[in-house]
Amino acid sequence: MSNYPQVLFKNRRPGETVFLDAYVAAGGYAGLKKALKTMTPGEVTATVKAAGLRGRGGAGFVTGLKWSFFPADHPGEKYLVCNGDEMEPGTYKDRQLLLADPHQLIEGMLIAAYALQVPVGYIFLRYAYEDCARVVEGALAEARRAGYLGPNILGSGFSCELRLHRSAGRYILGEETALLNGLEGRRPNPRSKPPFPAQKGLFGKPTTVNNVETLANVPHILVHGADWYQGLALTEKSAGTKLFGLSGHLNRTPCVELPLGVPLGEVITEHGGGVRQGRAFKACLPGGASTPFLTRAHWDLPMDFDALAAAHSRLGTACVTVFDEGTCMVAATLNLNRFFARESCGWCTPCRDGLAMVSWLLEKIETGRGVQDDIAMLQDQLRNISGRSFCALAEGAMGPVEALLRLFMDELEDHVKKGRCPFR
Amino acid sequence: MQELLPQEQINAWKERLAGHHHPMELAVDVLRAIQDHHGWVPDTGVELAAELLGTTPLRVEELATFYDKIYRRPVGRWVIHVCDSICCWSRGAEEVVGVLREQLGIGFGETSADGRFTLLPTCCLGACGEAPAMMIGLTTYGHLTAERIGEILAAHRREVGP
Ligand code: SF4
Ligand code: FES
Repeated sequence: MSNYPQVLFKNRRPGETVFLDAYVAAGGYAGLKKALKTMTPGEVTATVKAAGLRGRGGAGFVTGLKWSFFPADHPGEKYLVCNGDEMEPGTYKDRQLLLADPHQLIEGMLIAAYALQVPVGYIFLRYAYEDCARVVEGALAEARRAGYLGPNILGSGFSCELRLHRSAGRYILGEETALLNGLEGRRPNPRSKPPFPAQKGLFGKPTTVNNVETLANVPHILVHGADWYQGLALTEKSAGTKLFGLSGHLNRTPCVELPLGVPLGEVITEHGGGVRQGRAFKACLPGGASTPFLTRAHWDLPMDFDALAAAHSRLGTACVTVFDEGTCMVAATLNLNRFFARESCGWCTPCRDGLAMVSWLLEKIETGRGVQDDIAMLQDQLRNISGRSFCALAEGAMGPVEALLRLFMDELEDHVKKGRCPFR
Repeated sequence: MQELLPQEQINAWKERLAGHHHPMELAVDVLRAIQDHHGWVPDTGVELAAELLGTTPLRVEELATFYDKIYRRPVGRWVIHVCDSICCWSRGAEEVVGVLREQLGIGFGETSADGRFTLLPTCCLGACGEAPAMMIGLTTYGHLTAERIGEILAAHRREVGP
């Protein structure tokens, strides 16, 4: 098995959490010290930008660029928010990261807060991550006692408070403006943009939202430099390592840290131990429930942002869910679509009504009651919903549907022709 | 019926919220506190939360009905949220639901005759590497099999509820 450099998981031990002493002994908080003592906020942002770090929450926006849009010189209240909602089915990497080594997030947030000159940060965690919430609470208390968090951090004159916010379930809170509404105690529908959060975010103040894994990368970039970070990836244009959470029909389903650009086939055979029960690989979701399927034709595809976009899919959260040859792709897509239909916030019609319609059509086809026209209706819905919804949820929901129509039309037609699911 | 929240907790919330710049940020926490104590959030719980937060019951209701882990109807001592999202589905969630239904004698949205368990479907619990998974209270259980489910339910039955 290939041995790749471990950055985020370098301190990980099975079943254990690395707390402050062990974290510092392993070089922790050196990045924060370096930033506070030797760098200006602008230099920190420039380093993160030069490293080419892209958001690890799904959209893959360049983190340093996002920070550079932030009005760090704006006096008064501003906020940094860590998005730890992570409710995309298939995605569980942030939980693994927080349980293994929570101080990485805290250090990353403090460095980001310094770069953005933000005095208050929030860590937003989903309901199901109570185990992480307890670990993070403990780590925050440790950091505070040690002088890494709070007023006048390490005697630098920079002060920052971090607060933990527990949520109560619903996928839409992963959308950053819905998350901000949730934090404010409002009904968490997404907000219309502009204004963007960098101008008017939490409590109406400039706000930057970053994902857990994204922020956890920052301390390492500061300590080892932008070039080192670029060099971690296997493909030219990508940078860094990535946590891959494996799931589905694999022999092993661990969460592993691999360089960006690792070929899909290697992820499946080496790290997932191959498809279980000796079966053949049929398809996978490369990065969560909203990412269009890949097939055997994509076996050698490097897992990075650009290669996946070129293959009509998305890297998403790089959490790979595998389906074996016995999987009915209509049934799988129906399951995915039901999730999105249920989690729709109901704000706009294409999503609220459209996704329900898609679920109804897929169910009709899957249960053998479908007619050829239903396939055409699915295609219509693709046009009606994609690009016409208020936020990206509905667009994401249609990702697998689009891939089903593009890659597995024969299966859809087989259902209609036979009047039953050929896999049952 | 059990009180919504003990008086000393009400006082503690009042104090905490009075010193808070943005009291509504704690709205979900207040609802969760009422639910932890009372088991679910009745209309009077929505009203109490509104009073503590200095807002209208409607504002609180908008939240209470949005989140799927806030219960606006009576539930059993334990709510079982069983995951039906894609990874769990691919590893036998439908069978897991069948086992739960059979062992509890209830369907989704129902509470067992002894008042102990309410069964609800949930989206992904972030335990996809341990699929199929379910959550009872704040604890996640993965790698579910019929046998393991039996053991988990038995352990909860043995525990004496308040
Ligand atoms: S696309 Fe869906 S989730 Fe997004 S605003 Fe519209 S209804 Fe809500
Ligand atoms: S899909 Fe069930 S826990 Fe993620």
